[in-house]
Amino acid sequence: MKENLFHSVRMDWDKCVGCMNCIKHCPTEAIRVRNGKANIIKEKCIDCGKCIAVCPHKAKYAQRESLENVKNFKYKIALPAPSLYGQFNNLDDVNYVLSGLKQLGFDEVFEVSRAAEVVSHATRKKLKENKTGKPLISSACPAVVRLITVSYPTLIPQLLDINAPMEIAAIMARKEAMEKTGFKNEEIGVFFITPCPAKITAIRNPLTLDEPVIDGAVAIKDIYPALVHEMGKLSKNESLLEDLQQSGRIGVSWSTSGGESAALLCDNYLAADGIENVKTILDEVEDGKLDSMEFIELNSCTCGCVGGSLTAENPFIAKRRLQMLRKYLPVSCIKYTDEEPESDKLDWEKAPQANNIMRLADNIFDAMRIMGEINDLEAKLPKLDCGTCGAPSCKALAEDIVRGFAGIHDCMFLTRNEYAKSNDPEAEMFREILPAPFRKHEEE
Amino acid sequence: MENIKLHYDVDSNDFSCAGEASGKIKKALKDLGFDASLIRNVAIAVYEGEINMVIHAEGGVIDAEISPEKVTVVLKDKGPGIPDIEQAMTEGFSTAPENVRALGFGAGMGLPNIKKYSDTMHIDTEIGVGTTITLTFNF
Ligand SMILES: Nc1ncnc2c1ncn2[C@@H]1O[C@H](COP(=O)(O)OP(=O)(O)O)[C@@H](O)[C@H]1O
Ligand code: SF4
Ligand code: SF4
Ligand SMILES: [Mg+2]
Repeated sequence: MKENLFHSVRMDWDKCVGCMNCIKHCPTEAIRVRNGKANIIKEKCIDCGKCIAVCPHKAKYAQRESLENVKNFKYKIALPAPSLYGQFNNLDDVNYVLSGLKQLGFDEVFEVSRAAEVVSHATRKKLKENKTGKPLISSACPAVVRLITVSYPTLIPQLLDINAPMEIAAIMARKEAMEKTGFKNEEIGVFFITPCPAKITAIRNPLTLDEPVIDGAVAIKDIYPALVHEMGKLSKNESLLEDLQQSGRIGVSWSTSGGESAALLCDNYLAADGIENVKTILDEVEDGKLDSMEFIELNSCTCGCVGGSLTAENPFIAKRRLQMLRKYLPVSCIKYTDEEPESDKLDWEKAPQANNIMRLADNIFDAMRIMGEINDLEAKLPKLDCGTCGAPSCKALAEDIVRGFAGIHDCMFLTRNEYAKSNDPEAEMFREILPAPFRKHEEE
Repeated sequence: MENIKLHYDVDSNDFSCAGEASGKIKKALKDLGFDASLIRNVAIAVYEGEINMVIHAEGGVIDAEISPEKVTVVLKDKGPGIPDIEQAMTEGFSTAPENVRALGFGAGMGLPNIKKYSDTMHIDTEIGVGTTITLTFNF
């Protein structure tokens, strides 16, 4: 597989029953049911994890590390996403979570929220320097960045050109560990405790870095049961509880929608969450309707990262818990000054690449011909968008047919009507009984 | 090669749907791979025309024709017509009622912006009969 086509989100061939539940939920229309299985079109998938969340058969999953793989390194560092803190009831001290991670076998814990505070600081500076007359768009959610590369490539220049907090955390943690322990780069394993598959894909295929800086990801929901167990032991034996906390409200708030913006100390922002809302806002940005804003924060998941498909808890409950936890946190723990930055690798090494997969052809003449054929075909289809052809809409089927990936007879209704008109005596029945969507009211 | 023709109905007084036609035209131009700044011009101008149909003219129809050289958009309504085009084209002039202004519309910048973002703009209007605005965008 070409590395840039690596995707964490995959289909389990054995579990998929071809029920079509997922195809309409995919924000980039990347799923087609073919031969009874819901295949993902890799070039279109942004790893948002929506299909994982909606599949009733658990047939969509995120490829990820098990805790076992972590053991291959001499020195193991955990990078907990702040959304992890929202998974526990009545948490008043994040040191239980952080010490718990060490009990699970990590030698070091470096909070991603600490790096988030560094990013917040750097973003404030970028906002002051931004003279483009257009808002900066957050680049922290990799699913959003991927969506922009696929569907809104003209907005790439508006993305905040700072690496994501998890990447900066990895760079800072590795550097500190090398200085402290003397271990070599390759002896140190840095693992992100992730709320979502988009981050797993971004780890393997960094969008803005030349090389990966993180060695793997462990899902919050995988580590959760063992972590709860360790935290329970810690509350009985506090001698093992270490003071590892290095971030405050500013960093931890990044876990929920609006948190990144709140840290900017500027009121002129907009924060939207949920991938469909994100698309609506990006359309408005593209039309210049939000040019009066300074900053636009977008999260693919409901409520932000706490809504990721690899978390253990409902996003609204996690959000509420983080709200309670905030009371026990300092505002910020940042040691960063402009003269002495905590990390020297804040800025992008490269811009995310535009992906023209949504275009019909690479020149307008071919594209127009194809669109003409699609529109003609679409006019013949029943406009039910029923999904039984395996495509998310009649229009999508029309496009698949023109591109040679499907046939007109994949439409059950068209095929049925054609058969009804045939001379086959058996077709009689089909002439008399119309399928429900075509029956008139009186016939009900 | 045949031009691409798109047709949309615009419902009256339905602000939640306003922007649907301009959004779909924009999507088609994006799929075709037209230049981003052209797409933006079309999107903004057609959106303003669409909103005007909803606010001032009880809806109407929008027809777009896309050729490799230009996009032509015709916005046609059976509304009250525009009594004084020059006045209507003035920045800030608006007859939008108070309840519409409360929704954030009626700044009187719609027609001036349509002019600004299109290459040609022609208004055909008759009191009590309706208004047809024809726009072209050249590449
Ligand atoms: N389709 C239309 N039918 C009738 N009157 C219109 C139409 N479009 C615009 N007008 C008139 O022109 C005025 C100016 O339009 P515009 O510049 O879009 O400002 P606004 O919509 O904010 O009032 C409107 O207030 C209205 O009186
Ligand atoms: S992860 Fe998201 S983009 Fe990818 S196939 Fe699933 S729903 Fe579609
Ligand atoms: S929802 Fe999608 S992935 Fe899940 S079983 Fe149905 S078709 Fe397969
Ligand atoms: Mg107007």
